[in-house]
Amino acid sequence: MSFWDFVDDRWSRLLSESLLHVSAVVQCTIIAALLGVTVGVAVYRSPFGSAVATALTSAILTIPSFALLGLLIPVLGLGAPPTVAALVLYGLLPIVRNTIVGLAGVDGAITDAARGIGMNRFGVLTRVELRLAWPAILAGMRVSTQMLMGIAAIAAYARGPGLGVEIFAGLVRAGSANATNQAIAGTVGIVVLALVLDGIFVLIGRYTTSRGIRGQ
Amino acid sequence: MASEIQLTDVTKRYGRRKPAVDNFSMTIPAGEIVVFVGPSGCGKTTTMRMINRLIEPTSGTITIGGEDTSTLDPDKLRRTIGYAIQQAGLFPHMTVAQNIGVVPGLLGWDRKKIADRVEEMLDTVGLDAAEFHDRFPRQLSGGQQQRVGVARALAADPPVLLMDEPFGAVDPITRGNLQDELMRLQGELRKTIVFVTHDFDEAVKLGDRIAVLGEQSKILQYDTPDVILANPADDTVAGFVGAGASLKQLTLRRVRDVELVQPEVIVSTQDEPDEIRRRLTDAGRSYALMLDARRRPVAWVHVREPRVRRPIRDMVAAESTVQDALEAILTEGGNAVVTGARGEFKGLVEIDTVMAVIRDLRETV
Ligand SMILES: Nc1ncnc2c1ncn2[C@@H]1O[C@H](COP(=O)(O)OP(=O)(O)OP(=O)(O)O)[C@@H](O)[C@H]1O
Ligand SMILES: [Mg+2]
Repeated sequence: MSFWDFVDDRWSRLLSESLLHVSAVVQCTIIAALLGVTVGVAVYRSPFGSAVATALTSAILTIPSFALLGLLIPVLGLGAPPTVAALVLYGLLPIVRNTIVGLAGVDGAITDAARGIGMNRFGVLTRVELRLAWPAILAGMRVSTQMLMGIAAIAAYARGPGLGVEIFAGLVRAGSANATNQAIAGTVGIVVLALVLDGIFVLIGRYTTSRGIRGQ
Repeated sequence: MASEIQLTDVTKRYGRRKPAVDNFSMTIPAGEIVVFVGPSGCGKTTTMRMINRLIEPTSGTITIGGEDTSTLDPDKLRRTIGYAIQQAGLFPHMTVAQNIGVVPGLLGWDRKKIADRVEEMLDTVGLDAAEFHDRFPRQLSGGQQQRVGVARALAADPPVLLMDEPFGAVDPITRGNLQDELMRLQGELRKTIVFVTHDFDEAVKLGDRIAVLGEQSKILQYDTPDVILANPADDTVAGFVGAGASLKQLTLRRVRDVELVQPEVIVSTQDEPDEIRRRLTDAGRSYALMLDARRRPVAWVHVREPRVRRPIRDMVAAESTVQDALEAILTEGGNAVVTGARGEFKGLVEIDTVMAVIRDLRETV
């Protein structure tokens, strides 16, 4: 069976795995963004706090994904929970780092003016600082998404959802009929989806960033 | 609408160091511009920022219009105090209109009222509403940004305005224009304005009163510009006033206070060169002033070369100081062209007029 025949044959299954894959990555990126921005907001004023947060999140990234999943399975069981936990943890670093850089990069004169004309702390954060840091935060989310697309494939090891299932099945059955087709289908699927998501990020950036700060 | 500001025994200490502001007491009269001037690091900004509680005093009391600021919510207090700073601090992600509308928005005005007010403020600071309404700060020059900064500070019609070196970052000519406009605005609005600068000439030009500050915000002299120029309280103040105090007194007189002369020959851009030459010869003059259809000065024209328009490099307004006029006279080599609010020709200031002002100042002080 040729590769395209294989894809044609398995189309509905590949499609549903693709959807699961993307949905897991997108949801985990969103959770990581909520956590990461919160952490960034909490620490950006303190150089020490910023250094610690960045160091911790990069430490997480150095743990091999295989190992992290393996360590999470005894705690969280198999399936979605360890997958989500691992993806969120990996997704944190770019978002935390970019949130800190973005917020710290806001010109002091601007926040001073904001306070000076009577915005409260929350207003300064939500109406000024986060708006100005948004392109950086979004860039962090974009990097996280790309990274998580690949890492999510490993989730199949923990019986997680997504295209990793195809890759693993293909590799395990190496040599038997369609094994290679199966592994390639999963891999190509991930690459294509990653490119699509990247394009979507460009569009989101265009529509959510003020023209006043775009392209600077 | 304006309020008196009173600072009583105000001290600010950062950590254990000697106080940045030590026991500062001052009354800032309602409706006047008081300029804090002094060397870098003497505590001007710190003193000013305690008025809107961006910095909390370590001790002492500050009242605005008789009300103790420490009893008010700081954010609400700041919405009633205009605030303009050196880098303008405009919000780069908001349009000019959104920037100006921030404080009215914080105060809960309805959309229609905010929109009307934004138009009005753009007009007030001399920016064309149609052109600038939807621009972003990065699409403005430094001077235009400062204008928007002032418009934002004034948008909610606060009785008090704090300005920390607002014109410090623009070129001298723009700075002069912005100063003139602030004077014009203040003529209408009569706010209580605290203005920080380390440019003594700016202080003389703008201040109803000047507070010369020394280390730890110690008040070395607090008086009207004429008195400080004529009788500096001590050597430090005298040093700050600098050389040429009598020349600086020229900044105390406005062009609108002196007599303007009308040129003998005024021609229009439509006039034929031959016609211009004839009129100049008849009048026995060598130069004619050329105005356009809207009576705005365009150029000087000489009798021997009536086709050549010699551009006017430096013009002054009625609000400009006699010092500005003197500078224009020196640049132009003759007299200074004075224009009105819409750029229309008003008259000329001659060197003799300036000399008369100097003689007059000598006698009165
Ligand atoms: N946050 C702070 N922490 C510690 N010291 C400070 C702080 N802010 C200001 N100072 C000190 O207080 C003194 C007064 O500072 P301030 O900014 O009021 O001076 P300034 O007169 O406005 O000077 P400049 O003309 O340079 O703006 C300075 O010696 C400064 O170093
Ligand atoms: Mg200062």
